[in-house]
Amino acid sequence: MNAPQDFALQCPVPLRDYPQVLLAHGGGGRLSHQLIESLFLPAFKNPALDARHDGAVVEIGGLRLAFSTDSYVVRPLFFPGGDIGSLAVHGTVNDLAMCGARPLYLSVAAILEEGVPMETLRRVVASMQHAAARAGVQLVTGDTKVVDRGKGDGIYLNTAGIGILEHGRRIAPASVQPGDTILLNGDLGRHGMAIMAVREGLSFESAIESDSAPLAALVMALLEADIDVHCLRDLTRGGLASALIEIAEAVRRDMLIEEAAIPVREDVRAACEILGFDPLYVANEGRLAVFVPEAQAERALAIMRRAPGGEGSCRIGQVLDSRDGLLKLRSRIGALRIVDMLSGEQLPRIC
Amino acid sequence: MRFIDEYRDAAAVQQFARALTALVTRPWTIMEVCGGQTHAIIKFGVDELLPREVTLVHGPGCPVCVTPVEIIDQAIAIASLPHVIFCSFGDMLRVPGTQKDLFSVKAAGGDVRMVYSPLDAVNLARAHPERQVVFFAVGFETTAPANAMAVARARRLGLKNFSVLVSHVLVPPAMEAILSSPSNRVQGFLAAGHVCAVMGYHEYPPLAAKYRVPIVVTGFEPLDIMQGIFMCVKQLEEGRHEVENQYARSVRYEGNRPAQQLMQEVFEVVPRQWRGIGEIPRSGLGLRAEYQEFDAARRFGVTYLAAAESPECISGLVLQGVRKPSECPAFGTRCTPEHPLGATMVSSEGACAAYYRYRRPARPAAPSPSP
Ligand code: SF4
Repeated sequence: MNAPQDFALQCPVPLRDYPQVLLAHGGGGRLSHQLIESLFLPAFKNPALDARHDGAVVEIGGLRLAFSTDSYVVRPLFFPGGDIGSLAVHGTVNDLAMCGARPLYLSVAAILEEGVPMETLRRVVASMQHAAARAGVQLVTGDTKVVDRGKGDGIYLNTAGIGILEHGRRIAPASVQPGDTILLNGDLGRHGMAIMAVREGLSFESAIESDSAPLAALVMALLEADIDVHCLRDLTRGGLASALIEIAEAVRRDMLIEEAAIPVREDVRAACEILGFDPLYVANEGRLAVFVPEAQAERALAIMRRAPGGEGSCRIGQVLDSRDGLLKLRSRIGALRIVDMLSGEQLPRIC
Repeated sequence: MRFIDEYRDAAAVQQFARALTALVTRPWTIMEVCGGQTHAIIKFGVDELLPREVTLVHGPGCPVCVTPVEIIDQAIAIASLPHVIFCSFGDMLRVPGTQKDLFSVKAAGGDVRMVYSPLDAVNLARAHPERQVVFFAVGFETTAPANAMAVARARRLGLKNFSVLVSHVLVPPAMEAILSSPSNRVQGFLAAGHVCAVMGYHEYPPLAAKYRVPIVVTGFEPLDIMQGIFMCVKQLEEGRHEVENQYARSVRYEGNRPAQQLMQEVFEVVPRQWRGIGEIPRSGLGLRAEYQEFDAARRFGVTYLAAAESPECISGLVLQGVRKPSECPAFGTRCTPEHPLGATMVSSEGACAAYYRYRRPARPAAPSPSP
């Protein structure tokens, strides 16, 4: 199923000439991607950045270290299954784990809005402390700034982290091979729909809880069992679809996933149906895709299922021989289609 | 959602596809009217399973796509006013007006908010008596009752700071416009299940009889759509042209009477411009005289705006099923979801966007019947 010429994207697709930054530039879809590709990457060009991974792998004095940073601007600050504090710890821990590193140290920078109740801040800090202990990392440095009332959403957090690679593998998109099996550690879409439900005051029969969780233990379990992990990617904004498309485009390999094999909880699916969202694109905070050689897939699955947060692990697809860089999906009814990156965030449909 | 899985059962869908292949003897062109159906067809690949003889063309049933550019410009003008909170369904925020879209207004400091229900906008008006709250009331018969309810409630509450920018459209007049056009190629219709759930389908038998086309009221799941196509082709093969109801689990002949009454109380039938198509008589809803005080276009004096479309865009022909998105010279090059020239590239239910997103190549056409 090759895309005929007139369907090929212009490459590079011109960055839409918006004179201002739009929300969609941060939505994890095509516009975010373009902003990074056309503005940030050319400005800072270097080999670590060019690897296009969740974190950078750098070598210092013979040690291979992973280094990553992320900011958290989630609204509301507390949601079913988590809060901004645990999210900020899990997010950076997970980015380090996606490089195959054991996370060690984090920094935290807090931007607080004048007027935030001290009790709120206390709860967030306690949650960070708890999450750090659970993930086995230490918060070793930080910073606090306060902005005028009305200039922030209560609390913004930034975390950066360092981890160590204790193996010689190169876990990155470039290592993905044809025939690799793609594994997923559980059901999709819970974080995004949990946030959506609280933020927009939508009530569903049961409260949907975020899947926010640290993934380092699961990754370490795979590496310690000497599984030949080729690539790891956590599925945050933009969901499974955007994560896989990014990898497929980066290595110019096609991938095929099976819609029927991808678990989505009934309440999440119902919420998505109501709003016209596709669970493939909904954000997760405790999910990852694992690329391993087919020969090791069964063993890797068994290890993942025993690890914390991996109980629902399953195989969802494989990397193909063809080199168009497309993500293909066999739909529930057995037809093939292409999965494309969204332009911005998903928007609730009209009818 | 057990309900839904039944209608996505691969074996059942494929069984219908095989039955269809066995049934069909010559080429037929069928239009699905509703954008939600277009989206489902492309997303699940229903069209890929059809025999070559059956061509699906996409109809004007995407409210985002058919809202005239003048009204988008009016919305943008109102949303840019400093004392206004402008509320809209999400889809509408990305539709290009002549200069920009509502997202750009928001980025430039306008108070543009995405709501899930028009009643949320009424509540905002109550919470912010010092601001003017405007709701963008677009959509087909499906959204009209809730929008009517919002206006009625605002009046009961005596709200002076709530108004609606109305651009409602009606489906059956659009179907008639397509059928009566000399370039029409539609031989059968899948009527939109959700619209019929509200309105019933008593408006369709005269259409089916006058233009001798089968009309099948059809749902939105792959199995619904496949079955709707099967029922439609069966009629065509047998030379019948009746109105049938595939979506009986949700649709009754008379529809939802209380919803219809609410619509009639607040709205009246008016002529309406359709983006890319032009004016269709008796094809829209506007506020009745008794409710004029809630008309945002009057309140903010933006009725004068007139606008021109991108000359390159053929979305009018796409909406009428005359051309496929992939036949548009701008498709995928000068026109993409990031830089849409027409509304059909914007909405997730727009045919151009669906083709782009799922990279749908043109299907080889079936051989024409020999004369
Ligand atoms: S591809 Fe773009 S320009 Fe062409 S008809 Fe569709 S919306 Fe209009």
